[in-house]
Amino acid sequence: MSKNYFNIIRPGVNSTFQDKGRDHLYHIGIPFSGAMDNRNFLIANKLVNNNLNSAVIEFAYQGPHMKYFGKKINLAISGDVIFSIKKKDNEIQGNCYQSYKIESGDEINIISTNKSVYGYLAIGGDLDIKYQWNSCSINTKANIGANDGKKFKEGQKIYLKKINSNQDIKKINYVNTKIENIRVIKGTNFNYFSEDGKKLFYDSEFTISKLSDRMGMRLEGSKIENIVNTNIKSEGLIKGVIQVPADGNPIIMLSDHGTVGGYPKIGVVASVDYDRLVQMSPGSKIKFKEINLSDAETLFKLYEMETKNLLSQI
Amino acid sequence: MIKNISNLGDAALYCDFGDDVNKSTNSRVIKYFYNIKDQKFEGINNLTPSYNKLIISFDLKITNFNKVKKFIENLNVEDAKITNSKKIEIPVCCHENFSLDINRLEKILNLSKQKIFMNFFDKEYFCYMTGFIAGMPFLGDLDENMRAQRLETPRVKVPKGSVGLTEQFANIYTFESPGGWNILGNTPVDVFDSLKEDSPNLINAGDTVVFKEITLDQYRNFNE
Repeated sequence: MSKNYFNIIRPGVNSTFQDKGRDHLYHIGIPFSGAMDNRNFLIANKLVNNNLNSAVIEFAYQGPHMKYFGKKINLAISGDVIFSIKKKDNEIQGNCYQSYKIESGDEINIISTNKSVYGYLAIGGDLDIKYQWNSCSINTKANIGANDGKKFKEGQKIYLKKINSNQDIKKINYVNTKIENIRVIKGTNFNYFSEDGKKLFYDSEFTISKLSDRMGMRLEGSKIENIVNTNIKSEGLIKGVIQVPADGNPIIMLSDHGTVGGYPKIGVVASVDYDRLVQMSPGSKIKFKEINLSDAETLFKLYEMETKNLLSQI
Repeated sequence: MIKNISNLGDAALYCDFGDDVNKSTNSRVIKYFYNIKDQKFEGINNLTPSYNKLIISFDLKITNFNKVKKFIENLNVEDAKITNSKKIEIPVCCHENFSLDINRLEKILNLSKQKIFMNFFDKEYFCYMTGFIAGMPFLGDLDENMRAQRLETPRVKVPKGSVGLTEQFANIYTFESPGGWNILGNTPVDVFDSLKEDSPNLINAGDTVVFKEITLDQYRNFNE
């Protein structure tokens, strides 16, 4: 039987398999995981005629360098990514948001994301990987998901179970937009913070710390003063919650977050801004803007419509 | 039974069952948890019970805060099934290789090692919730004289199987993780097994746990 596979020459910094993640497991301590930037995940799959929830390769900063062996396939990259494709007789600079035909012996080298964090590589077909609780998403903390829950290693192979028969080349014009402010809804412990603390939270600029990953984004800048209690009884968290521990530096919970936490919650990032929040790289500045629940719901609806529109153009 | 329902962001309900952390408040949380889980309300994608709170998160593409809130307010939890809670025995070895914080606990609690171990093993614990890391049980309540604060500086790596104490609770590190609990011993039992998809947790909210002291030899031979 002929096998179709990629050989990983260089794994990249944090390369994992992801899909939309797994639900109904918070109560046993397992977070959603899943692709950090949901819109770019969906677009990547659509560009290679995959089912929208197919497994993709998510990478952060530097991505993998891989060589392909097997029958012709399609692949596509979404995000803001610099990469090249090396064929027998030439090497081209790749463009995001279009699919490419790849033949046996071709190499794809994902050099880096550009002014962003995550990028997505979708391969036209079904990957031969492990699913747990109906998801392949790798959670490196609990070692759950494909690849024994570990990030990619040098020399490992990624096998395909099936190659898509529809290999039409697809393309879309899309530019990832940046937003000025991240919109937040007041948290359940908002009143734990001093008047000055609350004011600083909305008025000052924070810097995204290097200590940020799929679990959380740590911020540095003005210290938010707590005047009630710097601990609460541990309780459930969701992605986007902004906790402020005793040191006054906010931490935003991201897709692989611990499912319970004991620090006061000053706010929660509106769902509409999550995809763009996770793409902000360490060192960049972030500012928060208060939004109410009904506006957050409306804006999310519009964002979803926009995503559907984009997908229907592919 | 729920004191107050508010929103946690735009995709979750925050159900507050009152300030007191005790078995009766927690039993109400757990009752709601199982009841809502059984109802399979469209769009609800996660439930996180804790000591005195229940967080209900939902898919904003399918439903919204007001719809889920109405559903929760109209629930008749009196009819809820009470789950079959189990009693589980967890073997723990307190050899000095494992009881990383026993000297610290002696000082803080002002009790002898023997007394600390005796108090710890001579007790039945109630599982209030599981989480933070996959499968970690939060077990209460320790006696007043056994309550210590977290380490000032958390460990970067707490070994898998470590049994720790903080305030009124004991817990078990289901795998290696950062953490600040006072470590008293280590269990050879796998408290979390991701390969058992139907029941990955050995201990679930509502269960009762007793710890049983084992020797280093028994610990080493446990998985053979």
